[in-house]
Amino acid sequence: MLNISKIRAQFPILSRKVNGQDLVYFDNGATTQKPQSVITAESNYYQNENSNVHRGVHFLSGLATDKFEETRITIQNFISAKHSHEIIFTKGTTDSINIVASGYRTLLNKGDEIIISELEHHSNIVPWQMCCEQSGATLKVIPLLDNGSLDMIAFENFLSENTKLVSVSHISNTLGTINPIEEIIEKAQAVGAKVLIDGAQAASHISLNMQSLGADFYCFSAHKMYGPTGVGVLYGKEDVLNELPPYQGGGEMIKEVSFKKTTYANLPHKFEAGTPNIAGVVAFKAAIDFITELGLSNIAKYEGELLQYATEEVLKIEGLKIYGTAKNKSGIISFNINELHPYDIGMIVDKMGIAIRTGHHCTQPIMERFNIPGTARISLAVYNTKEEIDICINALKKAKMMLS
Amino acid sequence: MSTIQKIQAEIIEDFGMFDDWMQKYEYLIDLGKELAPIKEQYKTEDNLIKGCQSRVWLHAEHTQGKIIFTADSDAIMTKGIVAILINVLSNQTPKDIATAKLDFINEIGLKEQLSPTRANGLVSMIKKMKLYAIAFNN
Repeated sequence: MLNISKIRAQFPILSRKVNGQDLVYFDNGATTQKPQSVITAESNYYQNENSNVHRGVHFLSGLATDKFEETRITIQNFISAKHSHEIIFTKGTTDSINIVASGYRTLLNKGDEIIISELEHHSNIVPWQMCCEQSGATLKVIPLLDNGSLDMIAFENFLSENTKLVSVSHISNTLGTINPIEEIIEKAQAVGAKVLIDGAQAASHISLNMQSLGADFYCFSAHKMYGPTGVGVLYGKEDVLNELPPYQGGGEMIKEVSFKKTTYANLPHKFEAGTPNIAGVVAFKAAIDFITELGLSNIAKYEGELLQYATEEVLKIEGLKIYGTAKNKSGIISFNINELHPYDIGMIVDKMGIAIRTGHHCTQPIMERFNIPGTARISLAVYNTKEEIDICINALKKAKMMLS
Repeated sequence: MSTIQKIQAEIIEDFGMFDDWMQKYEYLIDLGKELAPIKEQYKTEDNLIKGCQSRVWLHAEHTQGKIIFTADSDAIMTKGIVAILINVLSNQTPKDIATAKLDFINEIGLKEQLSPTRANGLVSMIKKMKLYAIAFNN
């Protein structure tokens, strides 16, 4: 059993007021708040450890490098990757996907196919559109069923020897659907395709094991898992990353540079050109430690209880419709109330100290699929409580009254 | 005092009567509901100002030396603010519109709704109203 009040006490921001009210933070799908340990790690890095990594011979450079590489090992263990050099530090999930999509521009040809799905975040759509434009490959989109789950029959029909890459999210940021990625990976790899999983919404909610999962690429962001902004991970299988051309050229990513021929560094440095966000990477370890100490199975169980409670309670509001009712769901509830515009609802509950997200959530194709301008979205994290859900429900009722 | 300034002063006075955000928001909702509808034929893609959150349609007509704006939004709170902007800037001369200082926005505490971070299309709406004025002035 998790001690939630003890967990909450670790997050300084949760005790602040917003518009004169206690903050209820339900926008965790966008970014989570940070525990004191992460904040301290980031500032301590600048106070005591700052230097550039992998370059100097002096004491501080060694210390910064050690701290930086310590996080890589921590991530390797956190996701059970085979090698630490399969962990590439990036700016975030978007950056991770772009590194792969950019590399595939030269690996793909006309006639090749990439499969994504209708529920993807724009960052798992646009890079592939750009990749197709430049390589001549074709993009295929797995349609959504009415409950917000993927049409797996359509997916299987898409698969052929032309399928070179399948890129889908682990969890939908808008609908909360947990996609059957094990099945997707197995079936895609059976036709010889590589698979990228966008795990931005999953990494702080579901336990991951890269070796048993078998995904070729898996991406996530530190800031959605209690860590700092501007840091993310691209996991890739060693042989797959070796085949992928480098993304950016610069320092750190080279073996030798001459005007005749430049050779690239080995993994992971081949994909880490330039000075990285060292402070962020160092602080990321504190975030992983925070999650590991609580235990992902405990987190998943507690968030599951919150999701069930919140779902039951919001449905008591007359006229409220939830988008995304798949059987297998994470702590995300997207909804509309009658014909009310989600923006109006968001504005009013904001005045009551409640942070929910409104709009299309960077998933315009989903909005088109359901023919709505947007939704209001509650997304949960481990520090949220049933009391907060009650406060939110009351605020939603008030908003509905004012707007009707 | 120009007409635009006079209208602004009246709006500031109206909002001065409210004690809390709820009254203010309820007033905006009422203004939104009361806004004279834009003609359906003007709700075109060209007249659409896309915000990340809500959408605004703006149509301008130049008659007898004045610009008549009509507008709509899919969100009622946005529409309320749209109604205020129409009240201030519509039926004025291009010159007055182009040079108008919209001080009332700060005074009535709606600055946050009109900051560039609020993706409701209102900042673009003001910009577009001014651009129409400049275009009609030439």
